[in-house]
Amino acid sequence: MSTLRIFNGRIIDPANGRDEKADLWIRDGIIIETPADGSKADSEIDAKGRIVAPGLIDIHVHFREPGQSHKETIGTGSQAAAAGGFTSVVCMPNTSPAADNAGTITLIREKAAASSCVNIFTTGAITKGLAGEELAPYNAMVGAGIVAITDDGHCVQNHEVMRRAVEYARMFGLVVLDHCQDYSLVGGGVMNEGEWSLRLGLPGWPRIGEEIIVMRNILLADLCDSPIHCQHISSGGSVRLIREARARGVKISGEVCPHHIALTDDRLQTFDSNYKMNPPLRTERDIEAIIGGIADGTLDILCSDHAPHAKYEKEVELDQAPFGILGLETEFGLFSDILVHKKKAIDMARLIELYTAKPAKLLSLDRGTLSVGAPGDVTLIDPDLEWVYDKEQSPSLSRNTPFHGTEMKGRAVQTIVAGKTVWSL
Amino acid sequence: MSGWTRKDLLGLDELSADELRIILDTAKAFKGVGERSLKKVPALRGHTMVNFFVEPSTRTRTSFELAAMRLSADVVNISATASSLQKGESLKDTALNLEALRADIIVLRHSSAGASRFLAERLKASIINAGDGAHEHPTQGLLDIFTMIEKRGSLEGAEVAIIGDILFSRVARSNIYALNKLGAKVTLVGPSTLVPKAFEKLGVKVAHRIDDILETADVVNLLRIQHERQRKEYFPGIGEYIKLFGLTKARAERLKPGCLIMHPGPINRGVEIDSDVADGDQSVILEQVTNGLAVRMAVLYLCAGGVGLPS
Repeated sequence: MSTLRIFNGRIIDPANGRDEKADLWIRDGIIIETPADGSKADSEIDAKGRIVAPGLIDIHVHFREPGQSHKETIGTGSQAAAAGGFTSVVCMPNTSPAADNAGTITLIREKAAASSCVNIFTTGAITKGLAGEELAPYNAMVGAGIVAITDDGHCVQNHEVMRRAVEYARMFGLVVLDHCQDYSLVGGGVMNEGEWSLRLGLPGWPRIGEEIIVMRNILLADLCDSPIHCQHISSGGSVRLIREARARGVKISGEVCPHHIALTDDRLQTFDSNYKMNPPLRTERDIEAIIGGIADGTLDILCSDHAPHAKYEKEVELDQAPFGILGLETEFGLFSDILVHKKKAIDMARLIELYTAKPAKLLSLDRGTLSVGAPGDVTLIDPDLEWVYDKEQSPSLSRNTPFHGTEMKGRAVQTIVAGKTVWSL
Repeated sequence: MSGWTRKDLLGLDELSADELRIILDTAKAFKGVGERSLKKVPALRGHTMVNFFVEPSTRTRTSFELAAMRLSADVVNISATASSLQKGESLKDTALNLEALRADIIVLRHSSAGASRFLAERLKASIINAGDGAHEHPTQGLLDIFTMIEKRGSLEGAEVAIIGDILFSRVARSNIYALNKLGAKVTLVGPSTLVPKAFEKLGVKVAHRIDDILETADVVNLLRIQHERQRKEYFPGIGEYIKLFGLTKARAERLKPGCLIMHPGPINRGVEIDSDVADGDQSVILEQVTNGLAVRMAVLYLCAGGVGLPS
């Protein structure tokens, strides 16, 4: 038996509506009541000036194992997660081979058990090989432990296939996560279609390529009465569609990545592939709409889309470079800086809720809370710490980030998984 | 005039009006050289220029080659099919190898926008953009403008119409950037799919009827429909294009008498331009080609560190 007491901190536990100065006790990896007998803990953490939050959850990461472990492994990815304050991550299934079967998912979970310092949750593919044609075996994958299905990186284009996927997933209580991209409209687009794509002569990725699939998903979620979650929303138009549908009670939700509110498409004028991600950076107008959507609750999940790529893969002609950037270590700081400190769109408690209670609820994870009996996953946060990101210190195997040298305010300073500190500043 | 400090020429968007004038003035001096019986000057003797054409080209490659030879540089030509890019070597590695062979100037034609900038940021050699995707083709823009100025003097207030496939055209972009800086008024003309209204944000007018510019233009610059860049149909067919935007004889007759007819080539006779019109008095298409040589000599000379005008 081993006990941990975290004292002097401000507990913010949105799942229970708590925001108060109190001790937090963990015994054998589980949160317990503060002992009434005044007994001493085996170890203690002084959390003076810190927020004691449920361990943060990122429901959108790419850990590249199996198949592309030169970019990231589950082990190195988990260390990057811990360094960003995350105790749980949800891995996308676009590994090589794709996680579209129970065997691959079991392999990932075994790797995670052996090498990860944070909780790894897995998703399965919507369709076999992420090809958008035949449904993957959801029952078998649920048996192997998936928490959702998605073809992330790809998008099921055939609406009939998507409809059957949503209907069939409903039987297992699975949320369908969708990367919203209409292939015919987006084609070979590499950056936001607009003034800058015209200037630079780069193929445009129009907003409507996302919005039309968001709309499709709204119609399917409504028709099937089953939840669809739209990943990495980049367009202001998508926010409006989701807001209107949620007001009608449609089971639609959306998530936001920090780069989509931190950066705009004019960055591409340097042709630096660290500004190339899918969906692409857009404009101030989109940023305003997305922040408005976060502020009014239309978008209530935040995530990174952590997408590691080796330097030699990214250091090529822009249109030939792979999409995606690192994100786990910078996302909390960026959202804290922009949403809480600069724009004052939400407060710190709400930011924590969007990273804990909300994702846990969406995917029915037994996490994201400091309730007695819950796993002892805790993130200590310094809400006002001013810091600068140095990518060279990253535990990730990759360095593809546009945020090297970026100043931020607010940072996770200690990450505790099941009562054990896995990272601290 | 002095003041050229760049090692590379990547595009006209990033140049100032003064920098444009430096190149144009230098080109004028080199044009004089081209008209002598002895056409060669020793300006770049001992320099090595690599013509690195990842995308096919005859006119531009030959023009750069001749320009370099007239400056007494040593020239090597590399095409995509003959290069190690075919064997999976990255652009960066191929270029580093060229630099290891002590190339002083690399002229790059590439299908990816930004490819020349990519090399310029990584190599000590001078990089000259000979066309990067749909982004820029600065020496074409310069030779177009050189021809316009030679024929009509200042471009201040000149009405320049660029007609055709603007969306996929690097020539159009380089023209737009430079013409705006030199005071010309640019109108883009073409089907709404290839000339989206958003181009107005670049400081130009957009028109979808060729009639709108016929009687007012001082210059019409016709662009080829680039089938190779279009991944899908942007208009129903060549017949309809000719009917709407082709510079037919009847339309050419409505142009102002002094209006210049230009085309970066290769021309498709009977499509964007009537065959007789292409050969007519107002056409300066072949003069553009001649001027291209002078412009490229100027660019090579300046980027390789030449100062002052050649005597």
